[in-house]
Amino acid sequence: MKENVPLNDRLEHLLRELAPQVLTVVARRFRDFAAAEDAVQEALIAAAMQWPHEGVPENPRGWLIRVAIRRMLDALRSETARRDREDEVGAEAELFTQPELSLEPEMDDTLNLFFMCCHPVLSAPSSIALTLRALGGLTTAEIAHAFLVPEPTMAQRISRAKATIKHSGVRLERPTAKERAERLRAVLHVLYLIFNEGYAASSGAEMQRLELSREGIRLAHAVCALLPDDPEVTGLLALMLLTDARRRARSGPDSELIPLDKQDRSLWDQQEIAEGTALLRAAISRGAVGLYQLQAAIAALHDEARTAAETDWPQILALYGLMLKLTENPMVALNHAVATAMVHGAAKGLELLKPLDADSRMAKNHRLNAVCGHLLEMSGDLEGATAQYRLAASRTMSAPEQRYLLTQAARLGERVADTTGTG
Amino acid sequence: MKYILLMTGTKAGIETYRTWSKSDVEAHFAFLGKLNKELTEAGELVANDGLSSPEEAKVVRAGNDGLPITDGVFPESKEFLLGYWIVDVDSPERAYEIAARLSAGPAPGAGRTSMPIEVRQIMSKRTSEL
Repeated sequence: MKENVPLNDRLEHLLRELAPQVLTVVARRFRDFAAAEDAVQEALIAAAMQWPHEGVPENPRGWLIRVAIRRMLDALRSETARRDREDEVGAEAELFTQPELSLEPEMDDTLNLFFMCCHPVLSAPSSIALTLRALGGLTTAEIAHAFLVPEPTMAQRISRAKATIKHSGVRLERPTAKERAERLRAVLHVLYLIFNEGYAASSGAEMQRLELSREGIRLAHAVCALLPDDPEVTGLLALMLLTDARRRARSGPDSELIPLDKQDRSLWDQQEIAEGTALLRAAISRGAVGLYQLQAAIAALHDEARTAAETDWPQILALYGLMLKLTENPMVALNHAVATAMVHGAAKGLELLKPLDADSRMAKNHRLNAVCGHLLEMSGDLEGATAQYRLAASRTMSAPEQRYLLTQAARLGERVADTTGTG
Repeated sequence: MKYILLMTGTKAGIETYRTWSKSDVEAHFAFLGKLNKELTEAGELVANDGLSSPEEAKVVRAGNDGLPITDGVFPESKEFLLGYWIVDVDSPERAYEIAARLSAGPAPGAGRTSMPIEVRQIMSKRTSEL
């Protein structure tokens, strides 16, 4: 037996794979999700400390389940110290004499755990934190670190999420057929948010957020394995991979943003593109087209273009047109306007921005100004474009985007000065 | 989304504060302690610190040689940063609500400090596809 072997990646991977399986078993046994979730965390931490020294037990899942159950019983005992102890001893004996087979988690249980952690009674940040802990097997410290908040704050966020679940009577069970589609949409949305949370310019303190992108992909893989025939689940995973493929090209050495048309495409991850494209093809062949598949299809068209000039904009425009039929999201309308400009010229694109200008959901949204600036620049109105870039820079809440937008404004400002100076 | 809540005050205000009675000062600290505890329990508190007295403040500029030139004299009208709270909340409204709570801190005579709290969103490093 080796001493002081650091917890290696394989061990961590194993623990995190087992985490939701162990949780579903323990939560089902005790019918107390909140307490079970705490007990499983403790079991995972115990394993992370012991296994590197003592070796991985023959049945790691059984080990974790036993330790978690012991923790549950300890907690129960301290809570009900005055109650008849014999009942609990009996309960413990019963739990430990259960044949191993009954400790096997069911596929359905893990899926129900996703449904529970992403239940609409929870706010998005609560769902994200709880999903990362209960299904991702991350520790509270790791989640706190990823979101740059102190550990006690994150711990409270998680326990409040669990309290909300308890008080709203949400149970670890399959949603009704009527609710199912909507609940699955909520799950996919949470995974999408986790992925996006990690979609940052990579530098210094924010490096760890990249892990969240990977985590989003990992969790999407897990849901995909549970629902292999659902085209939107596959579509979401494909979208993540096809977007993540460009990660290395998205920022420069000084972590400045590099827009799609200026990226060094040799840095794109061809393996991720191939994987994403294959998944997308499989999803689309099933016939039920949805927003994630359409977004993935657009990402694939960008990924497949060897140069920005070779981008198949007519096809992208058609896909945004399809998306507009499925959603009233003004962001889709905005992207549709960009694609229109790329196919039919800036003037046509600018025309489509007008109704968005009046849309209250887009009020003070920097993306509208950024797109407007881009299209005005295409049309040759450099002064108008500069003003829009500056406005966008003052409205964005993203530091890398602000820097990018200010750089665009400055670049155009110089061109305007050159023109007026010589003319 | 993260917000920073900035509590500012003038020298005169700080001098008045220093004349508060022991019970008034205690009530104020008890209020701040309770609020911080609440914000932690709500899963919202990211950081909170108070700054040293404005008398200790220095404004530093680089001279022609690049070396620091410090200035420690401030006009009476200047607003000083006294302390800050960083909170991670679900909406701007919630950030304003916390700021209002801070501004409603107890003052002598069962009153409120009504201190102005500047609320600013902290920019994220996250980006969307451009």
